[in-house]
Order: sequence, then C-alpha cells, then structure tokens
Amino acid sequence: MEVLKTFPLGQYIPGNSLLHGISAKAKIIVSFWLIIIIFLLKLNFYSYLLFFFLILLGILLSSLPINYFVRSLKPVYFLVLFTFIIHFFFGEEGGRVYFRYGIIHITDNGIKMALFMSLRLIYLVLITSLLTLTTSVLELAQAIEDLLKPLNFVKFPVHEFSMMMTIAIRFVPTLLEETDKIIKAQKARGAEFGKGNLISQAKSLLPIIIPLFINAFRRANELAEAMEARCYRGAKGRTRYRVSRWTIKDLVFLTIGILYPILLLVFF
Amino acid sequence: MIQLRNVSYVYHEGTTQEKVALKDVNIEIPSPSFLAIIGANGSGKSTFARLLNGLLIPTHGDVIVDGLNSKDFENLWEIRKKVGLVFQNPDNQIIGMTVEEDVAFGCENLGLPPKEIEERIDFALKSVGMEEYRKYPPHLLSGGQKQRIAIAGILAMLPKYIVLDEPTTMLDPKGRKEIMGVVKKLYKEEKTSIILITHHMEEVVWADRIAVFNKGEIVLEGSPKEIFMKDEKLEEWGLSVPLVTKLSKCLVERGFKIPHPILTIEELSTWL
Ligand SMILES: Nc1ncnc2c1ncn2[C@@H]1O[C@H](COP(=O)(O)OP(=O)(O)O)[C@@H](O)[C@H]1O
Ligand SMILES: [Mg+2]
Repeated sequence: MEVLKTFPLGQYIPGNSLLHGISAKAKIIVSFWLIIIIFLLKLNFYSYLLFFFLILLGILLSSLPINYFVRSLKPVYFLVLFTFIIHFFFGEEGGRVYFRYGIIHITDNGIKMALFMSLRLIYLVLITSLLTLTTSVLELAQAIEDLLKPLNFVKFPVHEFSMMMTIAIRFVPTLLEETDKIIKAQKARGAEFGKGNLISQAKSLLPIIIPLFINAFRRANELAEAMEARCYRGAKGRTRYRVSRWTIKDLVFLTIGILYPILLLVFF
Repeated sequence: MIQLRNVSYVYHEGTTQEKVALKDVNIEIPSPSFLAIIGANGSGKSTFARLLNGLLIPTHGDVIVDGLNSKDFENLWEIRKKVGLVFQNPDNQIIGMTVEEDVAFGCENLGLPPKEIEERIDFALKSVGMEEYRKYPPHLLSGGQKQRIAIAGILAMLPKYIVLDEPTTMLDPKGRKEIMGVVKKLYKEEKTSIILITHHMEEVVWADRIAVFNKGEIVLEGSPKEIFMKDEKLEEWGLSVPLVTKLSKCLVERGFKIPHPILTIEELSTWL
C-alpha cells in the first residue's frame, strides 16, 4: 500500500536545474531529433564519442546524480548484452578474422558492430531518460498537445486526445490503490493467487479484474459528470493556466540540440 | 434565486425500468441562503442536486436559475457557472495531476486569462485552508483534504450557489469537521448560497432552512427548530434528530425547565 501511494508518475525527479527549466516542447523535439540521428550516425569512433559528449552535457545540465541514469539502463542490460554477443560472435564478415569455429566467427567488422549497436541502445535509453527524468508527465502531456496542434487541420481531435492521456495517467495511482484493496478483500475471503497451472492462475485473477472494471466504469461516469459540472465542453473557449512560451533559453537549447548532431553527420 | 416549479424527474421514461425519482417539487432558494436537504436513501436528493445545475433536465416542470431556464440548452453553461456542484466521492471528481491544476480546471473551461486563474487559485486554496498543498499530487492527500480541493475547484469559478451532495459521507469525523468548517465560512464570509445535502443531522443545524425529502417529494420545510420538533414524523421518513435534541427532549420530559428543541451541545450547556 505504501509502495502504491508513493508510486512515481513516470520517472520524473523534481528539480531546478537548467534542463528542468527548458520547455517540454523543446525537450521533446530535441529528443526525437537525437533519436533519429542515432540511427543515421556513421559507425566510427569519433561520431560516437562526440555524440556521447552531447549526452554528457545533458546529464550535467540536469544536475541529477549519475546513478539515476545508471539505474534507468537496468531494464536493458540484458538486451545490450544480447546485442553485443550476437554481433561479436555471429556478426558481419569482413576485416581481419580473429577466430572461427563452425558458425562462430570473430571479425573486425563484427567487433565494430557489436560495440556500436550496443552503444546505440544505451544512447537511446539515456536520451529518453534525460527527457522523462526532468519533465513531469503533465508537462509532457501538455507539450504533446501543443506539438500535435497542427493536426487539428486534418480534424484530429488533439485536445480530446491529450485530455484522455492526462486523465488516464491521473487515474493510475487511484486504480493501483483499488487493485490493492480488492486483492486484500479477496484474500480475506480465502482466494489464492499465483498458484496452480496457468489456467487456474488466470481464473484466480477474474475476481480482481471484474470488480476493477466495474468500478472503473462507474468512476468514468462520475468523472464525466464532475467535468461537465465544472463547465467543461471540450476545447471550445478554453484557456490554459500554464501557457508555455518560448524563451531565449529554449531557443538556444533547440539550436544546439539540432545543429550539433547535424555537424556530426556532416564532418564524421 | 433558484426556482423549481412543479418539477418531476423520471429515469428511463417509457421503458420497463421507468423510475419516478422526483414528484411535483416546488421550492424557492433565495440568494444568499443556507438550505439543507435531508431524506432517506433513494428519496431523490441527488436527482434534485443534478437538476439544480442542469446535469439533469426536468421531465416535467421548470428549474429557473436567476431567470435562466435549464430547459433551454443555450442556458446550461451559464447555469453551471452560477451553480457549482460538489459530489460525494472526492476521488472521482479530481481531474488535475496537481492540486493547482485541478483547481484551475473549471477556470480554464470558463476561458479566463492565466493571470486571473492564478489569483483565483490563491483565493480558493486559502478559503479551504490548503495553500501549502498547491503543488501536491492529489492522490497523496487525505479524504477530507481531497474534498476540500474539490470545493476549491468549484469556488475558483466564483459560483453564486454551491450544491454539496453528501460531501462528508466518505470522510472520517475529522474530515467531516473540516468540510463543515469550510462550508459555514463560505456562507458567512463569502455570502455564497449553500445547498447542503446530507444525512448527518448534526450538520444541518447551521442551515437557515431545511427541506425534507421522502420518496421524491418535499414533505416538510422549515427552520431547523421547526423541523426537529417533529421527531416522530422524521422517524417515519427514515430520519432521526441530532443526539443532543433527543437528550434535551428526554430532559424536558423529566421536568427540566429547558426549551425544546435544542440543536447544539453549546446551547444545551448554557441552559443547564
Ligand atoms: N441513473 C439512474 N437510473 C435509474 N434510476 C435511478 C438513477 N439514479 C437514481 N435512480 C433512482 O432514483 C431514485 C432517487 O435516487 P437519488 O436521487 O440518487 O436519491 P438519494 O440521493 O436521495 O439517495 C432512487 O430510487 C434511485 O434508485
Ligand atoms: Mg444521493
């Protein structure tokens, strides 16, 4: 229960660093741009090193302890290792051959690919972590709404879409708490979870899922009423309390974040 | 003033599940005033609340808020601006991911400029005594605090009337006291009209007027003293009188020279 109560929405760590203060829109644009660049980056030592400097700069600007970033890599340790091994032992032919036995072969190209592909994965995770560690879910949702606004022209319901996301996220802790309550209630009635074969385990989950769904629908109903009672009528005539305007800081961030990787592509 | 003229409400009209929730209700709610609504479960109180701000439209009759009839679709938005509604379950009426975001929600819908929203958040949070929780995520608050945020969300829209539908039912005694404190203060200091639906009799003694609902009808209307005189009638409708009132009645029957009915402990102790 205590765990659920303090359940973090996203990975966001509140702070006052320079990176925290950059508008979420700029951070999202730069993150996406960097992710695209990673896939275009030439596979040589200097590109990867200089790209890493950019990430390092981001980490420094976030003023967050390095172990947050190390921790964020945990879910992909295995994937990185797997990628590395596949490329190292079974990778591309070419260059000097160091070892060959059956289908196993260690070559120059293989080692190079093993290194760069693993780094690619690590960079991807670090970039998304930089974004999500320094930007709250709320800021993200609003920024996405702003960035998607042009889609209004093709009749995409941008406001409704982002409202939906925001509310879904807002109800995560509430629903977790409720799941916990239901599990306890069912246990008190003698239900057992996680025992027996797959089918009986799945069956034992029904007494949790069904009340959870029924309650979720009731909640949705009540929430809709509460929103209507507070004069909600979609995007029409609506203003926003938090308006994010572009500042010089954001523009500098955006320029560097976009130009630096282009230079990398051009010169290396 | 909110006027209800011959208002009836039928759920699922014309189907086999047809259910008459309100029958021919007539009442006038002046502004400012503090009206309390009491009645057993299923007597139509929540239906009444939803009619006041146009969430429901009467099947027969008219609901008129400051001259605006809720039957006219064009009026609904104006009516909801004037009549704020606070629901029973605080969890299901909080929309924002932080306290201030939630309080801002109604103001954003009204199309107010950010600067004014800011001021209104300050005012609303101060009124409910939650200034220091501005940046908090609501799910970390207690039930009473969440309900105070819900009230602040309505307050920030500066409604003329606030309808509270059993706002303390899901709260512990401490939370209940907090909410009643806020409600009394709003009425006394902000001159907001209060329509309080409750089944805690201790909460209605502060009202100017009480209306008693039974099976979809208003069966009694009057000041708290007038209402609690009729304790036998109330029992019949599934209601009780405050404990102090019961006690003072016993005392009167034993020959104590005190007035009847007595509504609060303070009142009783001054007489004894
Ligand atoms: N959505 C609904 N559909 C059908 N019947 C309803 C609905 N809501 C309430 N009712 C019925 O209307 C009557 C009055 O309900 P309600 O106004 O919620 O009473 P109260 O708030 O006093 O408990 C009850 O008999 C209830 O069963
Ligand atoms: Mg009710």
